[in-house]
Amino acid sequence: MSNINEDTVARIARLARLKLEPEQLAPMATELTSILDWVEQLGEVDTDGIEPMASPVDAKLVWRDDAVSDGNIQDKVLKNAPRREYGFFAVPKVIE
Amino acid sequence: MTDLTKFTIAEARDGLRKGDITSRELTEAHIAAIEAADVLNAYIVKTPEKALAMADAADARVKAGDAPAMAGIPIGIKDLFATEGVRTTACSHILDGFEPAYESTVTQNLWDAGAVMLGKLNMDEFAMGSSNENSYYGPVKNPWRAEGSNEHFVPGGSSGGSVASVAAYTAMGATASDTGGSIRQPASFTGTVGVKPTYGRCSRYGMVAFASSLDQAGPVTRTVRDAAIMLEAMTGYDPKDSTSINREVPNFEAALTGDIRGKTIGIPKEYRLDETPEDILKLWDQGIGWLKDAGANVVDVSLPHTKYALPTYYIVAPAEASSNLARYDGVRYGLRDVPQGGNLTDMYETTRGHGFGDEVKRRVLMGTYVLSAGYYDAYYLKAQRVRQLIAKDFRDAFESVDALLTPTAPSAAFAFGSKSNDPIAMYLNDVFTVPASLAGLPGASVPAGLSADGLPLGLQVLTPAFDEMTLFTICGVLEEAAAFTAKPDAWWTA
Repeated sequence: MSNINEDTVARIARLARLKLEPEQLAPMATELTSILDWVEQLGEVDTDGIEPMASPVDAKLVWRDDAVSDGNIQDKVLKNAPRREYGFFAVPKVIE
Repeated sequence: MTDLTKFTIAEARDGLRKGDITSRELTEAHIAAIEAADVLNAYIVKTPEKALAMADAADARVKAGDAPAMAGIPIGIKDLFATEGVRTTACSHILDGFEPAYESTVTQNLWDAGAVMLGKLNMDEFAMGSSNENSYYGPVKNPWRAEGSNEHFVPGGSSGGSVASVAAYTAMGATASDTGGSIRQPASFTGTVGVKPTYGRCSRYGMVAFASSLDQAGPVTRTVRDAAIMLEAMTGYDPKDSTSINREVPNFEAALTGDIRGKTIGIPKEYRLDETPEDILKLWDQGIGWLKDAGANVVDVSLPHTKYALPTYYIVAPAEASSNLARYDGVRYGLRDVPQGGNLTDMYETTRGHGFGDEVKRRVLMGTYVLSAGYYDAYYLKAQRVRQLIAKDFRDAFESVDALLTPTAPSAAFAFGSKSNDPIAMYLNDVFTVPASLAGLPGASVPAGLSADGLPLGLQVLTPAFDEMTLFTICGVLEEAAAFTAKPDAWWTA
């Protein structure tokens, strides 16, 4: 049995940079615990020597020429920015 | 006067080529139908001016003798596909106001083939859901209601807007996407045809990412022939997607020969669940009979790891989602929420806390947990190993059969709110669709009959990777044998 308590939810929410209100922690802990209990059944399956499958296709990445094929689209890149300054994305102050 | 919205894509294509109708007429008829169907909430962005301009361009093209398959055909686009200059949010608050500066490859392929865009279609937020109840823009109503009832039902999900628009004659076809069943299950709930091709057939470039090793685009239409026409226009190798497969795209429509003599169809015994309703089991048996009557051999097969597919999916998909959704941070696009005096971390956390809905938060947290130090091997790697066994089950079965026949979903459409408080009950909707998603195989849902309450039910056909031709051949035979002519009564125009 897995047991995700409120502290664990708060910890993973922090890792995921996801703000949860204090009253959201308990219901989320209950839901995640029930989902984890349900997935525990995978423990029944013998997977010794089985290669993990990351993708349904053989991921052979294709080489391309090392040449500039894009660029000079600053306006397009910044078009949807919530805040931009001097041609950059602007964010709240990081360094005091 | 003929109601142009009732045409199939194939009929409209032939009519356009002969000069009997114009794309402008077709498009105007659909714009009027969309206006009259607002109560369904299928369209979240309407683009009538763009549609008419595209229709005029298609008419000019057809007149000049250049009439590709989709020329002049008005379609709807699931809000998951980036459309240049047209708001694309995947129905999430966190992408508020996002207008892509580029076009997804799948939609670009459709526009190159002459298709006309009517607007963007509602969906579960980031395609996470099986009922379309998780959309920031509110749920979609299923055009179908139970016999003698005024109660509304969900259209299925996540492609709820896609299927509703097609079932309600407000689009001739719609793009959709399938991560664990999001094309096939809603198609089953609405009496439409939904096809998920082999993983890698359709480019994922410009498709808002949910779970990258599972996401695959496909069409929703009213006939199997229409699905073949539309899928052919959507697919093709794309260097912009590293998992796109460089293979020739066959003429899918040519697969509709009606001839399945000598084909062997497998019936996976693990799909016969105790809790499956009687009417669905009966329809499945009927489907088996139709294929036998058409000259196929039907044999029982075993896919022993079937019961582990859903738990595997609910580790793999949230893990990939938590990673993909890390990009929504309030810096470059969409919502930004900074608390008074807050720093950069506060901005990330608040933006994501306010921007994501409950199901998305649940999956981001679940994914973060199974990928976190100390749990990665026990959950994520374990699930990837079981995924390998599920894929092997299919490979073994396809040694002796050409295709599999199963029900599409374990129930007909259900009432709003009936499963939304129990995540696992909602996840079980995908019990028959998820295994093939994990294996990357092509699958389709064909409307085959009605439930005891008069709601549509689909049957699912699955084939080996890249054998969409056999998929379409069998779906064509099923469609003809089922002779599914029931239609929803058009209550939404009242």
